[in-house]
Amino acid sequence: MHRRQRSGKPADEPLPLVTVADIAGRRVLAAVDPAAALLGLAPGMSLADARARLPELRLVDADPAGDAKALAAFSDWCGRFTPWTSVDGTDGVWLDITGCVPLVESETALALDLVARAAGLGFTARAAVADTPGAAWAVARYAAMPASGVRILAGHQTRAALAPLPVAGLRLPAEIVQDLKRLGLKQIGDLYGMARAPLAPRFGEAVARRLDQALGLLEEPISPRQPVVPRLVRRVLAEPISTPEAIGIGLEQLMALLCRQLEEEGLGVRQLEFACFRVDGRVERIAIGTSRPSHAPGHLGRLLAEKICEIAPGFGIELLQLRALAVEPLAAQQLGLDAKETDGTVAPLVDRLANRLGARNVLRLVPENSHLPEQAARAVSVLDGRHDAKRSQDWPVDRPRPIRLLAIPDPIEVMAPVPDDPPLMFRWRRVPHRVRRAEGPERIALEWWREQKIGESGAGTDGIRDYYRVEDEAGRRFWLYRRGLYRPETPPAWFLHGFFA
Amino acid sequence: MATLVELGAGKKDVALAALRATLRRLEGPGRAAAGVAPTGFAAIDRVLPDGGLARGALHEIVGEGADRAAACGFVIRLLLGLAARGPVLWCLADPELYGPGLARLGLAPDRLILARTRKDMDLLWAMEEGLKTPGLAAVLGEPYKLDLTASRRLQLAAESVGGLGLVLRQPDGGKATAAVTRWRVASAPSAAPVPGAETPRDFGLMRGRWRVSLERCRGATPTGDGYGSWLVEEHDATRVVAVAAELGDRSGASAPAIRQAG
Repeated sequence: MHRRQRSGKPADEPLPLVTVADIAGRRVLAAVDPAAALLGLAPGMSLADARARLPELRLVDADPAGDAKALAAFSDWCGRFTPWTSVDGTDGVWLDITGCVPLVESETALALDLVARAAGLGFTARAAVADTPGAAWAVARYAAMPASGVRILAGHQTRAALAPLPVAGLRLPAEIVQDLKRLGLKQIGDLYGMARAPLAPRFGEAVARRLDQALGLLEEPISPRQPVVPRLVRRVLAEPISTPEAIGIGLEQLMALLCRQLEEEGLGVRQLEFACFRVDGRVERIAIGTSRPSHAPGHLGRLLAEKICEIAPGFGIELLQLRALAVEPLAAQQLGLDAKETDGTVAPLVDRLANRLGARNVLRLVPENSHLPEQAARAVSVLDGRHDAKRSQDWPVDRPRPIRLLAIPDPIEVMAPVPDDPPLMFRWRRVPHRVRRAEGPERIALEWWREQKIGESGAGTDGIRDYYRVEDEAGRRFWLYRRGLYRPETPPAWFLHGFFA
Repeated sequence: MATLVELGAGKKDVALAALRATLRRLEGPGRAAAGVAPTGFAAIDRVLPDGGLARGALHEIVGEGADRAAACGFVIRLLLGLAARGPVLWCLADPELYGPGLARLGLAPDRLILARTRKDMDLLWAMEEGLKTPGLAAVLGEPYKLDLTASRRLQLAAESVGGLGLVLRQPDGGKATAAVTRWRVASAPSAAPVPGAETPRDFGLMRGRWRVSLERCRGATPTGDGYGSWLVEEHDATRVVAVAAELGDRSGASAPAIRQAG
């Protein structure tokens, strides 16, 4: 079942209203309201022509970007009828209402409700329900509509209903439509009897394909504006609500419903979206992610509750919707920490932290297979499951390493007696440290196949570092290194890289 | 108090312990059941009223100067004995903790959950959330500043489920806080292999040492200028830590108390 709907501009002003765009230096009507259309104006007419027919006009500059945004918002708003909505071109919205009808009494009721609600938002809408997207598109745009603005096509009516409509209803490029007209093929019905073979060389396969799609002989997928979600619960509110408390209560009820459903299926949610449909047609959304699949209403509810304050209720919210964007079988994924500890309380804690601080700020350390000290360990998000295989036994413990390591080594000034010796003294962040004891060097060669980040990374000996552990007079222990081999003509560069304790 | 006098000297300790337990119950609901986390240094544990760091409480560790590593190292050695209880939440602005270094000290880096926060507000929130969560071995935080109100919140959160809160502080961030104990940790020069003789510079590193002072301790009796000051020495580059006997050990330990940790 597909349904096509067309939105115009608010139409409650007495004077005919048109929007005007500049096209190739001409002022051209971009859209007209019903009053203007009744008086013979149409999109594409030049402004001068329109003025000649109708001197009294209200002009508004066309705003394609604003229109697109409004249309996208409208498409989201249509999510109240079906989760599968999609923007079509510059003036239409697709709704796939397959299987949605049991929720309302009939397709007619659904379409009438949509047109009436759209009118409440200030949109003039025409809706058509048909077996194929193509047929719905053509009927919504080119068929005569009853006053309600809704037309329902039963399956067997499609062919007959399309026949009298202009070929433009087949969603063809303008030049093909012109060519068809020149050949005398003005109505869709004219094409029914045509042999396909002569059409193809002239028009490509577009005409035949569009015709077959409209008649349901060829499948046509609609790409949804929001990905299709299998698990969704919603609640229509008798009275619009606007306080965070009221939203919280509604959320709690939906959460209980969704979690019961997930529990029966043995699934847990990884991503969850809570959408509030406002009376003015806007949709407010908040979303959360979890470290492991969960169907605990208390935990999930708490994560979302922290974000309720981000919802701007406007003049009120009339529909709440909770949907699981990503679900997984329970316990399919293990956190890197031991399962027995994370089962109870730690996983929810991680979720709360990630929810507020961002997933990339809740980290754990994983070993990496690299000789380069700064690349031998990495902090990765706890929610990132790709590093679960690396465990503690992978940590190298054979050499002394600092407990804190600077991500970028700090350059220091040193006094070293002999080039190959540890320094006698060094100055780090303007504080001098006299070296009392030292141990080293430990030579670490940078991996030549890696991109070198530090210093002028040239080839050869600059990729070599000689590390020393030194202790200053106060007993503080540092990890220093000298970059490159000693060369008489250039003073060696020294860096402080870490701290021992 | 009258009952105490009537008791024999041997029973006095028992009575004192009972009184302490009563006091703790009065202090907060979570603390009585929370128990104690031994520091691992027997000489230090003897001075602490509970024989270790009280769980269900906040403890602060103050580094000296820019020397955050010493305080950090002290904390890591405290964690060695704790990490078996569960993961450790470490809240900090810059996760420069280095896994191989921690692993070498015996602390498995995957016991740590790091929370990177940009503002103190977030850091304190994260600590509070952690302290309210049962199942964590300890919650560590490195705030830029900690005031009385914030520390009071953390202390209450720790009391609620018996969490162990540790705050690593800069010395200049120092206002009064609600922490139960305050420690000051600084590096100390390592000892010469031959006492009295200066060893050559390139002889190599000796065992690392730290000066650990207990500056504040609720429920203990101060002696002199504080509650105690110890010179702590690593016994082995990896795992063993001892309290050096010769200096400042006011608890009167004659032999070095050695602990096998990890």
